[in-house]
Amino acid sequence: MGYVVYTSLELGVWGRFKAIRPNSVGILPRWKSERRVLSFFIFKWASCYDALLLMGGDMIVNILLRLTWHLLHVTIHLCYFAINIANALESHLISNGLLGRYKSLHISKLQYLAIVIESEDCRTSNVIELLQWLADLGVKHVCLYDKEGILKQSKDFILEKFNGATLFQENDVLLDQPLMTLEFASFSDGKEAVAKAANALFMKYLKSGSISSYQGEQIFTESQMGEALKTVVGGNGPEPDLLLVYGPARCHLGFPAWRIRYTEIQHMGPLKSMKYGSLIKAIYKFTMVQQNYGK
Amino acid sequence: MDGNQRYAKKQKLSHDGAAGGGGRYDAGFWALMVMLLYCQELGVKYITAYAFSIDNFKRKPEEVESLIASMLEKFHLLDILVKRLAVRVHIAGNLELFSNELRASAMELTEATAAYSKSVLTICIAYTSRDEILHAVLESCEQKRIDLEFDNDDDDEIKLMKVEKNMYMAVAPDPDIIIRTGGEDRLSNFLLWPSCWSHLHSMWVL
Repeated sequence: MGYVVYTSLELGVWGRFKAIRPNSVGILPRWKSERRVLSFFIFKWASCYDALLLMGGDMIVNILLRLTWHLLHVTIHLCYFAINIANALESHLISNGLLGRYKSLHISKLQYLAIVIESEDCRTSNVIELLQWLADLGVKHVCLYDKEGILKQSKDFILEKFNGATLFQENDVLLDQPLMTLEFASFSDGKEAVAKAANALFMKYLKSGSISSYQGEQIFTESQMGEALKTVVGGNGPEPDLLLVYGPARCHLGFPAWRIRYTEIQHMGPLKSMKYGSLIKAIYKFTMVQQNYGK
Repeated sequence: MDGNQRYAKKQKLSHDGAAGGGGRYDAGFWALMVMLLYCQELGVKYITAYAFSIDNFKRKPEEVESLIASMLEKFHLLDILVKRLAVRVHIAGNLELFSNELRASAMELTEATAAYSKSVLTICIAYTSRDEILHAVLESCEQKRIDLEFDNDDDDEIKLMKVEKNMYMAVAPDPDIIIRTGGEDRLSNFLLWPSCWSHLHSMWVL
């Protein structure tokens, strides 16, 4: 830009020579031609100076903007760092029972817990440790979900290593179990299961003949859809009360949509940095929630 | 858009407003309009708002009536506002649960804005995700039945893609982010199907 300005100034130079008239005659050359040449060079110098000032001004503004941007970044990083330190400290205090309100959890309110884990983060050692913490807290029924089904494939290994659990059976929630029940789910138990359930319902009603009378009437209800889903998936548990997400973002990663109508969803961070105190805090927060269910 | 009742209580808005109780929800409506403007500025094309759940029919009859009256009033306002902003409006939900008047008003609004494409605003009324999934399954079954009747059936079974096409929310892509006001951490039967990869954000603001 400075060059453009300089060039445009130079083009207008001859017309502006007349404007340069120094007051002191004594320092000026006597001859007009020399005066003209001197005026030309003074003007050139002034034009360059203006151009440089403009270029420098742009650079200064750019530098200031960059500094502001970096300062903002540093401030935000410091804030998040401070928040993480505070959270870690709180988690430590909760784990050691030093915060009074977390000492007694109304764990009976938590009938069914679901845990969603990012597939890339599925370390069975961490999963088993998490299950042990949940067992210590008194959680009876847990559903482990990951998108790829890695946990489903490792279910025998997990059940073998974690002695305190059995595989979930349909009526388990109604019965008081001495051992924790575990359900394993993956992405195929969500949307694809709904398509399978649709086919199952269609065949059922086609055979019974009632589908031929469909004229916009609702021939099957939500409860029938729910039953069809349980049939196609097998071992499909009830709706979880609480869903804990262990992953980089607060996202349920395709957990069966039919089952999370009123489920509280809490983000716990990556599984590898799971904390016992954070788990207690999440369950405590759930026990304090009251739902109106639309009323 | 959660927290309307708490906001009204905090601001001491009357229970029976000018529209018979629906006045409490005016602030929510105008907040949605402001959000629509901001989204347009930011280049966000698809916005979906949860205005009235099927579960809300469980409220007191007079409250439901006033909410429906407020909705009718807001549809008229929306008709004027969205035309200025070139916003296409879809109404998603089980509109059979409403009166003919509201259904007609919703259809008019949808048709009047069909030509606009700068933004797409989907308003969910009489909506729950379970009802949406059930409706999509029913529609898919009906289409399958018709295909069988006319020997037009190319597929052996109902495919997932067909079920997804029959969803109320098929008018918009899956959301990137779902924001809930009011501080609650649940989806409350909203967008359960398309929210597999959505970032769920809960805000304490009313």
